[in-house]
Amino acid sequence: MSMKTSTRQVDGVTIVDCSGRITLGEGSVILRDTVRDLLAKGNKKILLNLGDVNYIDSSGIGELVSAFTTVKNQGGELKLLNLTKKVHDLLQITKLYTVFDVKDDEAGAVKAFAK
Amino acid sequence: MTEQRVSYTLESTLDTVNSAEETATKLANEAGFDDEEVMKIAMAVREAAVNAVLHGNAYDPGKKVTVAFERTAKDLVITIRDQGKGLDPNKIPDPLAPENLLKTSGRGIFLIRSFMDAVEINPSQTGTEIKLIKHVHGTAAGGKEASQ
Repeated sequence: MSMKTSTRQVDGVTIVDCSGRITLGEGSVILRDTVRDLLAKGNKKILLNLGDVNYIDSSGIGELVSAFTTVKNQGGELKLLNLTKKVHDLLQITKLYTVFDVKDDEAGAVKAFAK
Repeated sequence: MTEQRVSYTLESTLDTVNSAEETATKLANEAGFDDEEVMKIAMAVREAAVNAVLHGNAYDPGKKVTVAFERTAKDLVITIRDQGKGLDPNKIPDPLAPENLLKTSGRGIFLIRSFMDAVEINPSQTGTEIKLIKHVHGTAAGGKEASQ
């Protein structure tokens, strides 16, 4: 299953609902393009909902890191929501779990963005 | 049990990566690993195949990737060989070092070592061979480095 994204706005935060696989190739490119487009439109509060992402490889992890630093460097915030166990475990063993701001409740995550 | 070995010579493409991952999933399931172990084996194979296609052969259509799966009584062994410049395992930065945490690449070998019981990396001037070993009965969990 390839990667798909859809975006919605909640209280000034752009929620990106992701599904499928974030892997080398199409999945990583779609994520990169989605974040780039949001930033170009001035959307700098981004919540990546990974609840339906069932697989991520090292390239996908790299893409998440790239998205995080790109948004941060432009004065924005990027948070992660609803990690599956696989993605959670991967971020743990790569020591990235504490680098990202990870949330498991959408309403709380939206409130956590700076006003 | 009867020992089995199957080997493929493949193009330096993303299709090769996906094919290696799918075959690893199938064989790991047949070997009786549980779902989590199957996922780890398949991911390790995927990462090794990505290294071969992307970093080793650099998508060069003139270079091939060889993937061999071997099932013995004790182990599932996957050997992936590329025709690149040769990867020096001693020069791979530690992706867990604070200065490397936010790098966008460099985690593949780390994940492979984390997910397999033993890993051998054998670079040469004609390419790199990486051997991934998973004990069938999980007698040595934890990604220990085999002799090189």
